[in-house]
Amino acid sequence: MVAESWYVALSAVLFSIGVVGVVVRRNPLVMFMSIELMLNAANLAFVAFGRRAGNADGQIAVFFVMAVAAAEVAVGLAIIVTVFRLRRRLSVDDLSLMRW
Amino acid sequence: MTPLAMPPVAIGPLAPVLIVLGAAGLVLLLDLLPRPVGRELIATVALAGLVGALLATLARWGKPGRAFQDMLVLDDFALFANVVICYAAALVVMLSIDYLGRNGPETGEYYALVLFSTGGMMLLAAAGDLIVLFLALELMSLSLYVLAGLFKRELAASEASMKYFILGAFATSFLLYGIALIYGATGTTNLDRIAAAAAGRAHDPLLVIGLGLLLVGFGFKISSVPFHMWAPDVYQGAPTSVTALIATGSKAAALAALIRVLVTALRGSQPDWAVLLWVVAAITMTVGNVVAIAQSNLKRLLAYSSIAHVGYMLIGVVAGGSAGPGAVLFYLLTYAFTTAGAFGVLTLCERAQAEAVEVGDYAGLARRHPVLAAALGLFLLSLVGIPPLAGFVGKFYLFAAAVRAGYLWLAVIGVVNSALAAYYYLRVVVFMYMREPEGAGARLVPSFAGGLALAIALIGIVLLGVIPAPFADLAQAAVAPLLR
Repeated sequence: MVAESWYVALSAVLFSIGVVGVVVRRNPLVMFMSIELMLNAANLAFVAFGRRAGNADGQIAVFFVMAVAAAEVAVGLAIIVTVFRLRRRLSVDDLSLMRW
Repeated sequence: MTPLAMPPVAIGPLAPVLIVLGAAGLVLLLDLLPRPVGRELIATVALAGLVGALLATLARWGKPGRAFQDMLVLDDFALFANVVICYAAALVVMLSIDYLGRNGPETGEYYALVLFSTGGMMLLAAAGDLIVLFLALELMSLSLYVLAGLFKRELAASEASMKYFILGAFATSFLLYGIALIYGATGTTNLDRIAAAAAGRAHDPLLVIGLGLLLVGFGFKISSVPFHMWAPDVYQGAPTSVTALIATGSKAAALAALIRVLVTALRGSQPDWAVLLWVVAAITMTVGNVVAIAQSNLKRLLAYSSIAHVGYMLIGVVAGGSAGPGAVLFYLLTYAFTTAGAFGVLTLCERAQAEAVEVGDYAGLARRHPVLAAALGLFLLSLVGIPPLAGFVGKFYLFAAAVRAGYLWLAVIGVVNSALAAYYYLRVVVFMYMREPEGAGARLVPSFAGGLALAIALIGIVLLGVIPAPFADLAQAAVAPLLR
């Protein structure tokens, strides 16, 4: 029997990996995957905390988050594809038309 | 096996949102008809939906309602925010008719997306539960990401869309993890129950970290420093009418939700977040104003100006009590009128084959089109905060609330910043009135709907500036239910 706190610790680790991924990587697709990792870290935390709190709120929250994440994927990939069509390259370093 | 008990469904408090979302569905259907209907008709349906929602909101004034086990709290606070949001969205739709006709694709989904994001904003202001808050925020944001990249053949628009999306989704993940931690600390996502569970344990590490992550997420959405980097690029690259919606509606909704969460659920941690927001408010005002001075692109200038205005509004959040949030609500109203108007003038001006967004394009505008020049001048003066326009009264209430709550230095920083801001706003006025146009300046093509929208905004800022007391009292009264 693993205590809930281990799951929370794991979710914190996953969240941190996601944050580092977004900050360090330059490919929008990989940054986007890192963001998904952050969302799923939150899901894991919700489930673990829900078990500790003894109510279903946490588990139910996960369903909503998964639905929203799916919508986000649809919109996000569409935007990334649009930029790729215009640029033929995929790196956020290219997004420098506007600065300061 | 016992039958499932159906929870009571209260449609009444949902009516304003349902009207907006219903209109969005109708717009989508109209757009799908085999024989295409005119864009004007689609815009009219969208406008009718927003005006209907505005009327439904006003009809519910003073009759607070809750729906779905307190997931949705439509009290006077939410109603006041809804008025600001519907108003801003209606102005945006009126300004879009003409603007899209010249620049945009021949599609109705633009209006559907505007309505969906407006519905999200209204839900956001009324969210009584952190999960609903998350859903509403995403409904608003996902629609806005698409709207920002609406001109998908333009590099600047798709770049703005991509930046907005990546940074916005990044911020939302922080917000969501913050919600998860707050749920872990209190065992509930309902704002009232969080307040009860958190009482007396303000220094629970889970709660403190959760609050911090939540503030990071909100900081992105209201574009406060240090999470403001997306705002100038998105404001510049997005279609101007969409920029107006991002600058007014989404900001008003996010600030309303921020106030509701801080004042109701996390009131026990008030000393913690007040100190943090004090610093954020001071830096946000200063960075926004100082960087705005160096801008030559008017959309970018207004972006930095809007960052500075978020700083002013955070003063009211820090001041707390009943005066602070009330002053923020009133400021949101004046800010929505003024900013929607200023962006409105921008949507009506165009250069050959392009938008007129450089300050130089507006040189000598007063001679070619005195009415529009005067309108833009008044909006800018209201943003500076010159009496008797609305911006002055809004700032006055904010600074007064800060002084009364003992935050004298914050008010001083605010006043110094307002003086600083006068420089870059007045520079545009000087260009309009005292410079000769260089080559072919901005051409003006005002339409009936656009002119009407500007007239409403102008009447708004003058009315709020001359007789502010009744509206300010309404804003104060609207905050009362949060403080119980």
